[in-house]
Amino acid sequence: MCTLEKRGNLFILTFTGENQHRFNPNLIGSLLSLLSQVKAEATRGSALITQAQGKFFSNGFDLDWAQAAGSEQGAAERLHHMVDLFKPVIAALLSLPMPTIAAITGHAAAGGFVLALSHDYLIMRKDRGVLYMSEVDIALTIPDYFNALFREKIGDASVRRDFLLRGLKMKGDEAEKRGVVEAAYGGEAEVREASVRLAENLGKRKWHGEVYAEIRKGLYPQLSAILGLTHKAYTIARL
Amino acid sequence: MCSLEKRGNLFILILTGQNGEHRLNPNLFSSIISALSRAKAESTRGSALVTVSHGKFFCNGFDLDWVNAAGSDEETQQRFNLLLDYLKQLVLAFISLPMPTIAAVNGHAAAGGVVLALCHDYVLMRRYRSVLYMIDLDLGIKIPEPFMALFRAKISGSARRDLLLRGLKIKGEEALKMGLVEAVYDGEEEVTNAGIKMADDLAKRTWHGEVYAEIRKGLYSELCDILGIASIPIATPKL
Repeated sequence: MCTLEKRGNLFILTFTGENQHRFNPNLIGSLLSLLSQVKAEATRGSALITQAQGKFFSNGFDLDWAQAAGSEQGAAERLHHMVDLFKPVIAALLSLPMPTIAAITGHAAAGGFVLALSHDYLIMRKDRGVLYMSEVDIALTIPDYFNALFREKIGDASVRRDFLLRGLKMKGDEAEKRGVVEAAYGGEAEVREASVRLAENLGKRKWHGEVYAEIRKGLYPQLSAILGLTHKAYTIARL
Repeated sequence: MCSLEKRGNLFILILTGQNGEHRLNPNLFSSIISALSRAKAESTRGSALVTVSHGKFFCNGFDLDWVNAAGSDEETQQRFNLLLDYLKQLVLAFISLPMPTIAAVNGHAAAGGVVLALCHDYVLMRRYRSVLYMIDLDLGIKIPEPFMALFRAKISGSARRDLLLRGLKIKGEEALKMGLVEAVYDGEEEVTNAGIKMADDLAKRTWHGEVYAEIRKGLYSELCDILGIASIPIATPKL
């Protein structure tokens, strides 16, 4: 499952347990609810870190749950349902009124990678864990908002092609070199420390959360449009 | 003209013909488009296509001799427009091909020849004796929209400006640095063999061709919008 912890100005969202942290309707529901809580309790100087225990950050949608439908048609429907349910999670992250950091200490695949990529900053392990869009390998097309996220977050066309069309499993050092993540560190502890340091540094700027969110939406206009996020004009005199 | 050879799971498209520059005229265009249709019809899971050429040129662009041999100014313009139409059909055919595609660029590629190379998912090139040259600016010819969309889809950052707005003759190492090509090789035989090897490696992933093509279309969605084609979601995962 997932838990939310408050540490000073930091909100820490953790996928608990040694499992693959796969997204099924339950986990998605919890995530949405916790993100609402974060938004409600946000103040200037807040920041969010999303992290996970164990070998996986998240391995994407719960395909076992989809297959438990009992038929190919049923599985496709359940999968489609999860793609729809997950969209508000990404929308919530895109409109969260504070800086967000994904502390990736394990594998992030498909929906799991998408969740990570929906954060402002990605910090990853150098020695363990890969970023991987498994869809091409399991014969699934990419949902429109996943495509929009990749288009607007990853500037390099070859990197986008390598993830989506080649099913590349990218390790931390390559991800850092190719600009997919902010930084890659040698171990789990370093990743967590670096994430907290970054969150605290960003928090010290005491940004106005709603303005931060509006600027973020402006950075990713296509994605925001697909997620149904509207834009507000904000003028605040800060003297 | 061109020929299509089948070698196991690989389709090898060879630009042949006495015309060493492999210039694009209605005959060569029809020949290539026809070969691509055949590859599509005979494709299976694990198919791949590699395009190779021999001699000093990969493809030196439109057959301007044929265009200029027209009887009147009006007919000259019509012939040129016809070639633009054919090039558009070529881009369409490549974008929808249900298998990974590789161009093994053995020699010079200019204008339409650069478009031809960039239609492929991956481009390999010779280190020396081979340049990519968008000659259009130097010749005073505008680059119409569907092809601009192809450049926007496939090339990022200042590389795009350097290719289109600077009249550069881009050699292998530079093309590699700019992210236009995947890798460079020392001789014609080396680049051709590398193309075949890469096709082989990608074929071994046994991707589901239809899904692969739809993911590609999603990846290049702006180009597809301009070409007037849509991508279809497919959700029958092979687990």
